[in-house]
Amino acid sequence: MKIMVCVSKTPDTTAKISFNAANTEFNSAGVAYIMNPYDEWYALVRAVDLAKQFPGSTVTVVHVGRADSDQIIRKGLALEANDAVRIDADPHTALFTAKQLAEHARSKNYDLIFTGKETIDHNGSDVGAMLAEFLDLPFVSYASKMTVAGTTATIERDIEGGVEVVEVKLPFVVSAAKGMAEQRIPNMMGIMKAKNKPLAVVPPVAFTDKAKVTRFELPKAKSGVRMVSADEMDELVRLLHSEAKVI
Amino acid sequence: MCRTSSYLNDVLQKIYIMVLVYIESPKGQFKKAAFEAVTYGAKVAAALKTTCVALTLGNVKDAGILGEYGASKVYNIASSNVETFDSQSFTTAIANAAQALNASVVILSHSANGKSLTGRLAVRLNAGTVSGANAVPTLNGGFKVQKSVFSGKAIAEYTIDAPIKVISLMGNSIPAQKTGHSVAVSALDVAVPAPRVKVISTRTADGHVPLPEAEKVVSAGRGVKDPQNWGIIEDLAAAVGATTACSRPVADAGWRPHHEHVGQTGVAIRPNLYIAIGISGAIQHLAGVNNSRVIVVINKDPEAPFFKAADYGVVGDLFEVVPRLTAAFKKFKAN
Ligand SMILES: Cc1cc2nc3c(=O)[nH]c(=O)nc-3n(C[C@H](O)[C@H](O)[C@H](O)COP(=O)(O)OP(=O)(O)OC[C@H]3O[C@@H](n4cnc5c(N)ncnc54)[C@H](O)[C@@H]3O)c2cc1C
Repeated sequence: MKIMVCVSKTPDTTAKISFNAANTEFNSAGVAYIMNPYDEWYALVRAVDLAKQFPGSTVTVVHVGRADSDQIIRKGLALEANDAVRIDADPHTALFTAKQLAEHARSKNYDLIFTGKETIDHNGSDVGAMLAEFLDLPFVSYASKMTVAGTTATIERDIEGGVEVVEVKLPFVVSAAKGMAEQRIPNMMGIMKAKNKPLAVVPPVAFTDKAKVTRFELPKAKSGVRMVSADEMDELVRLLHSEAKVI
Repeated sequence: MCRTSSYLNDVLQKIYIMVLVYIESPKGQFKKAAFEAVTYGAKVAAALKTTCVALTLGNVKDAGILGEYGASKVYNIASSNVETFDSQSFTTAIANAAQALNASVVILSHSANGKSLTGRLAVRLNAGTVSGANAVPTLNGGFKVQKSVFSGKAIAEYTIDAPIKVISLMGNSIPAQKTGHSVAVSALDVAVPAPRVKVISTRTADGHVPLPEAEKVVSAGRGVKDPQNWGIIEDLAAAVGATTACSRPVADAGWRPHHEHVGQTGVAIRPNLYIAIGISGAIQHLAGVNNSRVIVVINKDPEAPFFKAADYGVVGDLFEVVPRLTAAFKKFKAN
């Protein structure tokens, strides 16, 4: 089976979020970057395990980004992907990114394409759906469990308040949510091997974006906490009713 | 005479741009998100000085009530190919409707299914898109839509520069508003291909409001110490009329189901009321819950970081405080 895993780079979950003086760009000074957790913990790990189940399979990590992403890509290889492709462009929007990924995938005949359920920076959940549309493939989002037998996959996907069980034939695009796999730490052997695995850098295709971020702002800070004594729960309920007006 | 004017209306509707809202109807019924989406669509249409039209797929009970929330017309596509969800058949149905009706803005809910449609539709319609919008677009100096980014740690304003726009609306962002009256439902005849994703079964917990839609959430963390102790959390949730949630380590340990895990790597929520019990308030937890309107924190440690993000705080042992709060809620409800 030929598997593609799309991975993105996001600020570390503890990163301080700030912007340039004009509030038009994210301020990356001093920010550490990680592989988007959904891509790493769930999509990539599930892909690697699936590849083991079908001998002769390959897992290719594909990333849209600049050279400063190579460390993240190497981590993907350390987690036992076979090779990697970096499309050398800034991933400004989901649409641009999906277009680049689609152009890469078009001629490769992947059997299965994974994304994470969303990125933790733009929180759009868009790339998988767009990629599937560019390639005219079925798309199953928010997969929390997946098995493949022959050319048919059975998938559990999260829906509001429950799960939906679906069946779909390869090839297709799937976005991975919690439950698909367990987070894994690369071992020493994986890290050593990753250094010599192929990482191809390819140019992007021309594409004009249709939307862009024109301003960022930080949420309004809370005005401060009002403490209520542990013995006065009637008072807390009263405040929630008459002051906060939420009950 | 009457026929002529309705014919004219139809022609006019095709010429003028309009806002099309796709309304989900799980099991043939509307949920809160549906009414929020129509309300939003009506507001967008008002800003653009045009009309808002709603679209439903498959068998829907009483679709005309969407008119009460501002849809001037409701269309329905009846096809055996939309009985279960598949992003491709649904995208084709909605895109064909958008083209037939000459829609310039297409609106969806940022729900589980909506998330697999928004991106697809944007590509299909060659549109600019923003998913998870949390406010009505502004038109000053471009078509601008805002959404929450960095898991709630910031807000971004996007400017869409394309004749057709696809926007998905984050739940609980604007309240549903009744402004009009029920309207007639017209059938729309567009081609829908057979689904390639086959739905085998669905399992949903009945009688519970799912977390992303919940207006009140009672959430607990490692401070509860043992899954056996969850009874007091559930009792409080029942008294408040809230949905239960938990912190990540609690879900990871299998104390609670995964779908209850809220935070940066779990479900992001924005209820009116979030009560956090025995949760320290780590940055990754706050990221998914800090859009809650009012936050109540109960923790025995006065230095717990969560207090900085709270509106109301109680320092105390949760095993004593929570049953007291439950009793207080019951008393309040009884009066
Ligand atoms: C990449 C990444 C992503 C993450 N994503 C998430 C996420 O999405 N969601 C999430 O929740 N976490 C996430 N985390 C984990 C997060 O960093 C914290 O570890 C986690 O939120 C802590 O959970 P907790 O508050 O339940 O437990 P703890 O931090 O152990 O806190 C327990 C709290 O309970 C209080 N307590 C104990 N006993 C009592 C008592 N008897 N009465 C009252 N209070 C009591 C303690 O004072 C303490 O504040 C993530 C971490 C990483 C690295």
